[in-house]
Amino acid sequence: MTTQEWKFNTRDIAEKPDLFLSGHRACAGCAPATVLRMVMKATRGPTIVTEATGCMEVISSIYPYTSWATPWLHTAFETAAANASGIDAALKAQKRKGQLKQHIDVIAFAGDGGTYDIGLQALSGAVERGHDFLFVLYDNEGYMNTGIQRSSGTPLGAATTTTPAGSVMLGKLQHKKPISDIMVAHDMEYVATASPYYWKDLMTKVRKGLEVEGPAFLHVFSPCPRGWRSDPAKSIDYSKLAVESCVFPLWEAVNGQYQLSTPSKLVALAPQKKKPVTEYLKGQGRYRHLFTPQGKKVLDEIQRWTDERWAKLLKKCEQTP
Amino acid sequence: MKSICKQELLALNGDESVAYAVKQSDVDVVAAYPITPQTIIVEKYSEYVANGEVQTEFVCTESEHSAITACIAASAMGSRTFTASASAGLALMHEMLFVTSGCRTPVVMAVANRALSAPLNINGDQSDGMAQRDCGWIQIYVENAQEAYDSMLQAFRIAEDKHVLLPLMVGLDGFTLSHTLENVKVLSDSVVQQFVGERQLPNVLTHEGKTVPFKLDPENPMTMGPIAMPNYYFEFKRQQEEAMKNALSVIQQVHDEYAEVTGRSYGNGLVEAYKLEDAEIATVCVGSTAGTMKVVVDELRQEGVKAGLLKLRTFRPFPLEAVRSALKNVKAVAVMDKSMSFGGNGGAVFQEVRHVMYDAEVHPFIVDFIYGLGGRDTSPKEFRRVYDDLHKIVHAGRVDKLVHFVGLRE
Amino acid sequence: MSREKNWKEISPAGVSSKSSIGFLTGDWKTFTPIRDLEKCTTCLLCVLYCPDGAIRWRPELGKIEFDYNFCKGCGICANECPTKAITMKLEQDEE
Repeated sequence: MTTQEWKFNTRDIAEKPDLFLSGHRACAGCAPATVLRMVMKATRGPTIVTEATGCMEVISSIYPYTSWATPWLHTAFETAAANASGIDAALKAQKRKGQLKQHIDVIAFAGDGGTYDIGLQALSGAVERGHDFLFVLYDNEGYMNTGIQRSSGTPLGAATTTTPAGSVMLGKLQHKKPISDIMVAHDMEYVATASPYYWKDLMTKVRKGLEVEGPAFLHVFSPCPRGWRSDPAKSIDYSKLAVESCVFPLWEAVNGQYQLSTPSKLVALAPQKKKPVTEYLKGQGRYRHLFTPQGKKVLDEIQRWTDERWAKLLKKCEQTP
Repeated sequence: MKSICKQELLALNGDESVAYAVKQSDVDVVAAYPITPQTIIVEKYSEYVANGEVQTEFVCTESEHSAITACIAASAMGSRTFTASASAGLALMHEMLFVTSGCRTPVVMAVANRALSAPLNINGDQSDGMAQRDCGWIQIYVENAQEAYDSMLQAFRIAEDKHVLLPLMVGLDGFTLSHTLENVKVLSDSVVQQFVGERQLPNVLTHEGKTVPFKLDPENPMTMGPIAMPNYYFEFKRQQEEAMKNALSVIQQVHDEYAEVTGRSYGNGLVEAYKLEDAEIATVCVGSTAGTMKVVVDELRQEGVKAGLLKLRTFRPFPLEAVRSALKNVKAVAVMDKSMSFGGNGGAVFQEVRHVMYDAEVHPFIVDFIYGLGGRDTSPKEFRRVYDDLHKIVHAGRVDKLVHFVGLRE
Repeated sequence: MSREKNWKEISPAGVSSKSSIGFLTGDWKTFTPIRDLEKCTTCLLCVLYCPDGAIRWRPELGKIEFDYNFCKGCGICANECPTKAITMKLEQDEE
């Protein structure tokens, strides 16, 4: 059944058994854990999962326990995509020998460390070689597992343990790296952004990514209450606010052609409904220092950059071939 | 006595011999990155792939780090995998070499031993291999292209043995062996197929309570490469050490079986004792130097000198018993090191030989001769002087200098 | 409590030997979700959003089950419930 044919509601998803099991050691309110659950609920058949070192790897595989009901491999931090390459090669070899009974999907999970930074090389290489896998980035905007250090996915002004809010420097000095645009520039068939609040959109995108016969990339916004110093109960809320304030717009790029996803399309069509970034930033402890006289200029810069990126995205979505 | 199989004589260099052996071994996945002097291996293999001579998924990764990782993952899927590297490429793999061994994935790698930077040097020495002696890989060093071919075929059998399940690297000296044309007898495809066979997977107990083949398979999910806290990690390492112990006998078994099929043997597979039974002075050599040294020993023997040579073929697991037994009557031993262990009071091979001889019943004098770094050629005449130095030591009854250099401008 | 296995007894390569559903994380919570069944419309969003999969839809019973053995008390379910049928109470007792 293709994504076009897959009609599902909450009941259908709720009835599907979890492949990412309870009993994992993620923090209370961990959105990446919700994301992983949702992605695994959206799988369409036999699946092999591989992960980079990071929060979701560590909390789900503390020996002797495992939270994975699928075959699962972890090797190192920068290797999610390289693992996927090897698994894909092995599957192709099995197919050639007539040993493969049915198609097996391959999903590689990595956090921002394993994608934006240390994992970028392997990801770029695997995508260029055209291996058949879906790469899911659970973006919690920092190296959370090792203690909330900055990554190139950390947004401007955010306080992390390596970009703390001090008297001279107010959090991270650089903007967030546009990782998904970088992946689009690899001429990928399918790149998309998603947010767990919009579960249906996320799961549909997982399916679309799995359907691609080749590499696909899904960038999922994943709030971390621990690292963001935010209320654990609000993790899913933040994933909604981020879209409503255009800090994290939802879109797909099919063969390089950008199109807005419904939640962001609604904002585009009713710009008066676009929320100011401060509404998104204000409950998060990592931005607390910006709500001061010295911090205001950073808040303004965040708003300016958000608006600029949003305008650029809208323009990209307008251009039809 | 069973007759040995029919073999074809080809002119191949070390790299080509490796590629040829891999071609015959039904390897499922090859993931590699080129680096001098291993390039001929990957280039030759690519030709086989391009011409449909092999049924292999050939992955040209973007670095050696990803190459070894892809091999680990493919091997975890149950595939037979191969890669090759040298020098900086092997060093780049360093982190993942430990992972390969820890995941018990029997990846086989050919290493065209080459010097490490800095300064950059593309020529042969053994620093790259020696620097990886702690990572849990079996290490076999070969003397010539023929042995490179033979060892590659044995490698898959050894690594995949269910009592071993450790990755294995075969080292051949860069340029000296990798690029030098030699006469190599190759077996027919059918004989290799029979000898190497298909990869057999052991069974493991998974979290579902099932005992199933050790591979990633949606029908029997298992978790590989978890995080192990202090309460478990130690036990996994002990398992690897046990596998290394088992490797000692498996290497010999496979070697002997191969000798029956081909008529070619290399000592007992672990070491080769050359004219050592009554030798008073001897060198310990690793790699192609053993070949040169055999000529020197023959010369000396002609002159009535009781010289001998111990060729160390298997460096990991280090064959403690075999080395002790081979050197037990020797009065003075010169260990030849084609690598440095800075600040280590001698090279790696020296440290290891000395270590196992500590508890020997009789202690020979043991000294270190470091040579050939960065591809510096050492002549038989210079090697002869090593034996002369050993003579002096036996005569004087003491060692004045523990570590010597051959061919260094001092 | 069973003793930890020695090196001969465990599977090689760290192949995990137990499912995490044997590891109960329910004692992590400080707050407990309490449901008002009158307000619940079984929209099932809580089932989808729970990071721990501690809320389950039982179609054969036609009801939602909260598994307090795994609930860490994060409060996402209460926060997202459209009818405010869930409230977080500072309680040890889940009754």
